[in-house]
Amino acid sequence: MTEECELFECGHRACGGCGPALAARLIMKGTGENTIIVASTGCMEVFSTPYPETAWGVPWIHSLFENAAAVASGIEASLKKQGRDEHVVCICGDGATFDIGMLCISGAFERGHDITYICYDNEAYMNTGIQRSGATPYDADTTTSPAGKCSTGNQRPKKDLPAILAAHGATYVATASIAYPNDLIKKVQRAVSTHGPNYIQVHAPCATGWGFDGSQTMAVGRLAVETGLWVNYEMMNGEVERVRKVAHRKPVDDYLSVQKRFRHLYRPGRNEEEIAKIQAIADANARKFGVDLNVKKEE
Amino acid sequence: MMEILEGSHAVAEAVRLCRPQVVAAYPITPQTHIVEALASMVADCKLDAEYICVESEFSALSACLGASAAGSRVYSATTSQGLALMFEVCFNVAGMRQPVIMTIANRALGAPLNIWNDQQDSISLRDSGWLQFYAEDNQEATDLHFIAYKVAEDHRILLPAMVCFDGFILTHTYEPVDMPSQEAIDAFLPPYKPVTILDAKKPMSLGMYATPDYYMEFRYETDQAQKRAKEVFAEVGAEFAAKFGRDYSGLVEGYRLEDADMAFIALGSICGTVREAIDEMRAEGKKVGLLKIRSFRPFPSEEIRATLSGVSKVAVLDKNISLGQKGAVALEVRDALYGSGIDVKGYILALGGRDVRQADIKAIADLLEKGEGDQFFGLRTEVL
Repeated sequence: MTEECELFECGHRACGGCGPALAARLIMKGTGENTIIVASTGCMEVFSTPYPETAWGVPWIHSLFENAAAVASGIEASLKKQGRDEHVVCICGDGATFDIGMLCISGAFERGHDITYICYDNEAYMNTGIQRSGATPYDADTTTSPAGKCSTGNQRPKKDLPAILAAHGATYVATASIAYPNDLIKKVQRAVSTHGPNYIQVHAPCATGWGFDGSQTMAVGRLAVETGLWVNYEMMNGEVERVRKVAHRKPVDDYLSVQKRFRHLYRPGRNEEEIAKIQAIADANARKFGVDLNVKKEE
Repeated sequence: MMEILEGSHAVAEAVRLCRPQVVAAYPITPQTHIVEALASMVADCKLDAEYICVESEFSALSACLGASAAGSRVYSATTSQGLALMFEVCFNVAGMRQPVIMTIANRALGAPLNIWNDQQDSISLRDSGWLQFYAEDNQEATDLHFIAYKVAEDHRILLPAMVCFDGFILTHTYEPVDMPSQEAIDAFLPPYKPVTILDAKKPMSLGMYATPDYYMEFRYETDQAQKRAKEVFAEVGAEFAAKFGRDYSGLVEGYRLEDADMAFIALGSICGTVREAIDEMRAEGKKVGLLKIRSFRPFPSEEIRATLSGVSKVAVLDKNISLGQKGAVALEVRDALYGSGIDVKGYILALGGRDVRQADIKAIADLLEKGEGDQFFGLRTEVL
C-alpha cells in the first residue's frame, strides 16, 4: 500500500491529535484492502461516517453500540458460505468492548469465528462526553467518576480484557499502542493472518478526554509504556509469547502529571498515597509481564 | 405432497425449501422445535447452510444482519422475550434495508412469566419497519415463508419480514400440510440477488450516522417501501396462487361477508374458531362474517374499507393490548374506517394463552349487538 492511498482516509472529523484516528489509519495498514470493517457506536463512527461522507476505503458496517462481534459472526459465516475470504475486523471503542458488548464478544469468541476484534482503548466513553468505562484506569477523573472532596476519581482498576478473551480460547491476543506504529501494524497483520478469534487492544490516548495538548498524543502514549502502566505484549493460545521490555522504567508521575484527568493527584498538594497506589499498579504489571530489562519475570 | 406435520416442523421444512445460506437462532419456547429441526437438517446435510449457535436472541438477529449485509439469504426464529431482546436490532435491520426473514411463534410477554400464546410480542414491534404476516393455520404458516422471502427480497421493497403464527396453538399442533417440492419452490423463489453488499472489491459504508439533515429521508423511504409492499404482496400472492393453487393474494381475506351486517376482525389462528362460530350463527339467522387480516404491516386500510362497506358493526378481536389505550388492531381498524359510520368495538381476549371457544365468539357478537365493547373479554373478576 502506498502513502497516497490510505484505506482510512484523511478528511475525517476527529479532534486534533486524536489517538483513535491514528489507530484506525495504522490498523488499516495492517489489514490491507481485502477487509470488511465492523464498527460499534462510538467516536470513530461519528467522526468517520457522517452520511453521505465516509473516511473508509474498505466496506464498513455499523450496527449498534453492543453487537459488532455478533454482526461480524454473521458476516464471517456468510463469507464462508459464499466461499469468500475477506478479513472480518471489528474496530470498537472500550465502552463497546469492555462493557456493553461483552455478551456478543464472549459468544463470538466462544464459537471460534475467524474474526479479528480490535479495541481502540481511550479509557472512557468519549463521544458522549468523558464518562467512566470498564477500561478507565484507577483514579482517573471522568464526568461519572469525578474526583471531589470525598473521591480521588475512578475507584476500580482497569478490567483485564485480554486475559478474559484469552480465557475464551482466543487464538491470538495482543496489546499495542499507537505510540509504537510498526509494532501495531505487525500485530494487526499477524491477527488477520491467524485463523480463529483474535483480539488486539490498542492504547489510543484521547487528547480531549484526558486533557493534554493534541501535539503530545504520541508522547503520552509512549509514557504509558515507559512507566509500565500499559504493557505491549502478545499471547498465542493463552500463553504470553512476547513482551516489550523497558530499559529504565520511568516513575508514573511522568505520565500522570501531564494529563488533566489525574490533575487532582497533584493539586492542591501531591497525593502521595494515591500516586503510590498507581505506582504499585505499574510495578505489578512490570513483574507480571517481565517488563524491566535485566529483571527476571515473576514466576 | 400432503403430510401430517407439527406446525414447527412444517415451518422448518418450508424454510429449508427457501435455501437460507445462514441461520442464526437461540432456542426459546414455543419456537424451539423450529430451530432444532433446522439444526438437524444441517447436521444431516439436508440443508446446506451455516448454522450459528448464538448465545442470545440479540446476537441471533445481529448475526443475521451481518450475514445479510454480506450477501446471504438468512433466517431466524424467535418469540416473546427473545423478540423483546432483539428490539434494538429489529429497527436496525429494517433501517439498513436487509430482507431478513424471521418466524415469530407468538407468545405473551412477561411479567408475569407466561409461555403461552398471545400476539403482544410481534404487535409491539409494529413500528420497527418489519413486514408482518399472520398465519391462520399451518398450511398458511408454511406458504407465507415462500411469499415473505419473495416480497422482502424484491428490489422495490428490501425490508425484513416476520411470519407470525400462534405459539402452541399452531407450533405444536399436527395438521395436514401440502408441502411444495424443492423444484417448485426453486422455480418460484430464485436465489437472493442483493442490490449492494459488503464486498472488498466494491467498498461502501453501511449504517453510518445521519444528522438531522438526512435522518428523516431514511425513515420516509422505509415507509414508502412498506407501502409498496402491499402491491408486491398481492403480486407475489397471485403468482403463488397460480403455481400452487392456494390464494394468498389478499392482504385481507373475507369469510361470509357478502351480505353481512356484522363482522369480526382478527389475526392468526383465532380466525378458525371465528369461522366455526360464524357458521353456527348463520344457521341461527345472524348475518355475520369475518375479515381476517393477513398483513398487519403494511396495514391494509383501503382493503378493510372496501371489504367492509356493507357492514354496520365490527368486532375487533385483539390478542394484545396497548396498555392505557386499547387493542392495537382495533385502533388501526378504527383509523381505517374513520368517517365510514361503521361502529367499531374492540375486545381484548386470549391473553397469556387463555382459551377462546366458539361460544365466546357468539357472546362477543351479542355484546356488539348491544353496543358493549372496548373491554377485556373473559376476565375472571373473582380473582381481581
